[in-house]
Amino acid sequence: MTSLSKTEPDPPGRDARVVLSARGVRKAFGSRVILEDITLDVPHGEFICIVGPSGAGKTTLLRCMAGLLKPTAGTVTVDGAQIDGPPEPMAVVLQDYSRSLLPWMTVRANVLLPLRRRRLSRSEKHQRIDEALAAVGLPAAADQYPWQLSGGMQQRVSIARALAYRPEILLMDEPFASVDAQTRADLEDLMLELRARYDMTIALVTHDIDEAVYLADRVVVLSGSPTRVTKSIPVPLGATRDQVETKARTEFVELRGHVMTLIRSASRSTRV
Amino acid sequence: MSSLRPVTIRIRTLAQELWLPVALVTAWWFASKDSTSVYFPPLSRIMESFRDLWLFERVGSDVVPTLQTVFLGLGLSVLIGVAVGTVLAFWPPVHRAVEPMLQFGWSIPKLAILPAIMAIFGIGSETRLVFVVLGTVWPILLSTVEGFRSLDAVVVETARSYRVRTVDRFFRIYLPGASPAIIAGIRTSLEIALALTVVSEMVASSSGVGFFVLQSQQSFAIPDMWAGALLLGIIGYALNLGFRLIEHRVLRWHTGRIAAVSGGEHS
Repeated sequence: MTSLSKTEPDPPGRDARVVLSARGVRKAFGSRVILEDITLDVPHGEFICIVGPSGAGKTTLLRCMAGLLKPTAGTVTVDGAQIDGPPEPMAVVLQDYSRSLLPWMTVRANVLLPLRRRRLSRSEKHQRIDEALAAVGLPAAADQYPWQLSGGMQQRVSIARALAYRPEILLMDEPFASVDAQTRADLEDLMLELRARYDMTIALVTHDIDEAVYLADRVVVLSGSPTRVTKSIPVPLGATRDQVETKARTEFVELRGHVMTLIRSASRSTRV
Repeated sequence: MSSLRPVTIRIRTLAQELWLPVALVTAWWFASKDSTSVYFPPLSRIMESFRDLWLFERVGSDVVPTLQTVFLGLGLSVLIGVAVGTVLAFWPPVHRAVEPMLQFGWSIPKLAILPAIMAIFGIGSETRLVFVVLGTVWPILLSTVEGFRSLDAVVVETARSYRVRTVDRFFRIYLPGASPAIIAGIRTSLEIALALTVVSEMVASSSGVGFFVLQSQQSFAIPDMWAGALLLGIIGYALNLGFRLIEHRVLRWHTGRIAAVSGGEHS
């Protein structure tokens, strides 16, 4: 997996068209304000990682953007249209794969679930499922049950479920937080590869700064609560990245230090 | 040797489970051999009655009606319990309003309502059916509500985020998710169903194994009475066994998942 390319092409498929946008999003539960005025634009094809000190409303923001939570104020738009519930061209991958995959369904049935309402022929659907499972490296797991697989494999299945759906936008909430380090690195590389292949716009929430800088075209740093966007940092590391080589680069180390400093100062300013 | 091992283990398990019952029956057989007591006839006499009655002379006239009441009553309870339970689970205001009544219905000693049912429906199959349904619907209803209300939030959210259609959402996600609780409720009801069927046959029937047992006692056919009781025990055991087999089938994913999680070596 060593990348020898010295020229760093732009990430594939990027153009200026904003596909996902949050405008002045505020979310409060009763008197507890979690999100305070979040504004964020994600252009088509971009991979953004959202980081912030623990307790910042990272997951809340993601759930607002996924249409699973209604913002108290402000709007979320997908392809220019304000959303009111989970939007059609979006898929979500959650951290808790062992619960988001349905244990009474085989892997194939799980991946098929979101496709049921799509107007596709039976063979098209199953072709998509096979392709998605192959893309995540599980071509032979279709007839097994999720609980017969390892954690990393289960998360691959839930990624395959999102892929088979062919979303324009993919939201991921700490997707690799509960797998081991090696699996995590594999899954990170898988996401970079899939993003290019499937032309998706991806927003991924993580608490891991290394992961954020490694994956993202742009890292969005949130402040402590109530949460705002502290800074949006472009990551000019090119489209091809490598766990060893990229992470050893000076730019990577500097960016990581920069993000870490921001998060530290943000968590110090958090009212506890 | 290794190919023989599972069989050996099977036989050993079977032996471990069977030695006590076999010993007890043998002891009963010999202890009662020369019994002259009217109430405790020799086991050989009871077995003779059992053979004469249940293999298969009175199967059609008594065993079939009993099983009919059990299955029909339980079947209706499942339909009503799951349907009403579903409505209540997805309609919290109504559930809050009727919850105390449900608990009350569940708590009434079932026998207390039998005279009322007899007064309304007379002595016939309707009475037995209504009685069994009224006695067995509660565990199913309450566990259905519980099953739906304790659905995993992540599961519900996943269904929502993929905009799964309502029908698919119910039949493919919510219902299977609630099924372990619902099936536990049905298992409880199955045990109650046989007991209530027998009682209803004793007071409101002219056929059925329950009727036969009481009839035999009243006509001093004591070995017949014991043979009937023995048959009821066997029926109860068989129903339970059958249900567990079905349960094992339907909830294979559930037990498999629990085993996988507690195995703990997946990472």
